[in-house]
Amino acid sequence: MSDSLDLNLLTVSSARTAVQERQITATALVESFYKKIEAEDQPAGKVNAYLTLTRERALRQAGKIDEIADRGNPLPPLGGVPIAVKDVIVTQGERTTAGSKILGSYVPPYDATALARLEAAGAVVLGKLNCDEFAMGSSNENSAWGVVRNPRDLTRVPGGSSGGSAAAVAAGSAVATLGSDTGGSIRQPAAFCGVVGVMPTYGRVSRYGLIAFGSSLDRIGPLSKSVKDAAILLRHLAGPDPMDTTCAQAQAPDYEQEIGKPVRGLRIGVPEEYFPAELDAEVRNSVESGIDRLRDAGCEIKRISLPHTRCAIPVYYIVATAEASSNLARYDGVRYGYRSTAGDTLSQMYRRSREEGFGPEVKRRIMLGTYALSAGYYDAYYLKAQKVRTLIARDFLNAFRDVDAIVTPTTPTTAFKLGAKSDDPLAMYLADIFTVTASLAGIPGLSLPCGKSSDNLPIGLQILGRHFEEGTVLRVGHALEHAQSAG
Amino acid sequence: MKITQKEVQYVADLAHLDLSAGERQKMETDLNAILEFVDRLSEVETGAVEPMAQVQDIGMQIPHSDPLREDELRPCLPHELALKNAPQTDGSFFRVPKVIER
Repeated sequence: MSDSLDLNLLTVSSARTAVQERQITATALVESFYKKIEAEDQPAGKVNAYLTLTRERALRQAGKIDEIADRGNPLPPLGGVPIAVKDVIVTQGERTTAGSKILGSYVPPYDATALARLEAAGAVVLGKLNCDEFAMGSSNENSAWGVVRNPRDLTRVPGGSSGGSAAAVAAGSAVATLGSDTGGSIRQPAAFCGVVGVMPTYGRVSRYGLIAFGSSLDRIGPLSKSVKDAAILLRHLAGPDPMDTTCAQAQAPDYEQEIGKPVRGLRIGVPEEYFPAELDAEVRNSVESGIDRLRDAGCEIKRISLPHTRCAIPVYYIVATAEASSNLARYDGVRYGYRSTAGDTLSQMYRRSREEGFGPEVKRRIMLGTYALSAGYYDAYYLKAQKVRTLIARDFLNAFRDVDAIVTPTTPTTAFKLGAKSDDPLAMYLADIFTVTASLAGIPGLSLPCGKSSDNLPIGLQILGRHFEEGTVLRVGHALEHAQSAG
Repeated sequence: MKITQKEVQYVADLAHLDLSAGERQKMETDLNAILEFVDRLSEVETGAVEPMAQVQDIGMQIPHSDPLREDELRPCLPHELALKNAPQTDGSFFRVPKVIER
């Protein structure tokens, strides 16, 4: 490969340009990423972001791109850009496990819409990325296939559940990736690994082919090195899909153009509930200096209140687990997935297959969700949580009458040590305290790096916007990124 | 304690999970800790508040698609492909252990 090409620095547009201008062929680019993955990701004790390498598929796509470039024709918008996708996004003919033993040998017969769209735009899919089992977790320690390590410090978690998606971008083993976000699963690992992660509005990106966790919350979104890359990818991901009835009919705007607009005059809300006294001091300082930069860029900063914030974790863990208990009922050892050899009757086979196939956190959530939906508890838990969800969503609708975007820390701390919270589910759930609110309300959110702690760990700043106003969220993120790089 | 061993067993039965004794013990501890935390919801007044099951429920202006399409024949997953991931088939159907237990 060309000596001038540093894989760690490649962006969506520079990768495409390099292939278009024949500094490197798409095929050679794929091969050099695989070499990097084999050296820096796969060996024991390394990052472990990749679960499956889709080599044949990648080389086939790269070959097509090279034919176009060799003829001197313009490449499609993502032509030759090496990406990778979280293993909850199904890939035709390529093993898709959702991080679970129960899908250990599942080979889907179709492609997810989001992935198919990126490939149609020329992207090259290198492989499938590690994640918490069924996207349930905040540290990637719940994967049946081993933990992912944070490339910034291998003794720490990358966050979760899209831990592999964030780690692959941070390690430079993919130019960009797809993750999924149900309660913070794109934004929290993006913050822990020091990359950009975008959760689009609910309904902006088709969920067809996303293995379901909580269907009223699940969203697919991009993780990348820059806000611009995320904007480019989101444009190709977004838009109506007849295969997902919850997917909005609206055509997506050109986000790359949106981010170029000035932020002067935008009103930015800073909610007091996201800066509690016990917030990590370095996180607080970094986020506050990010807010100062936005003020310097001409934004109007307003103190606001989102009074039901403290209810968000309890609401989330009832709503999400209730939906999960229903969604995961399909894993019964009949049509696909693991079947236990124990059990002489159908009922025993169901019970043994699920017992042996699911990991501890998934079982815990199925149990909690089943309990919350069971006779006698439905009103007290599930219905109550749905009502408080309305109040949380209304908090945002009210706030967005006075502000155009909201800025908060993405997480209360930086990346914690592997094993630090794995025995305490409640402590782990609290890692999502600043991200679950936007998930419940259905609004878009973005996390971008806004500084580092004294031990050199990335700190994430979260930007939230109105429903379907990803353009504003990306624009504020892009402006902040610029202000930071200017020093 | 909100949940006892009896309830853990009842819910595990509903969820078709054959939990071990050790798992049931840990489940009791974990679920009680989580539910205790969830109880802060009971302090919130929700008398006249409508439940939100979907993002659309909050009156957001989302141009959602009409879920109904023309009732026309479309290609679907071929039989062979649909059976391909099944643990056991007879070539035409999914095979399962016997259904009648008693």
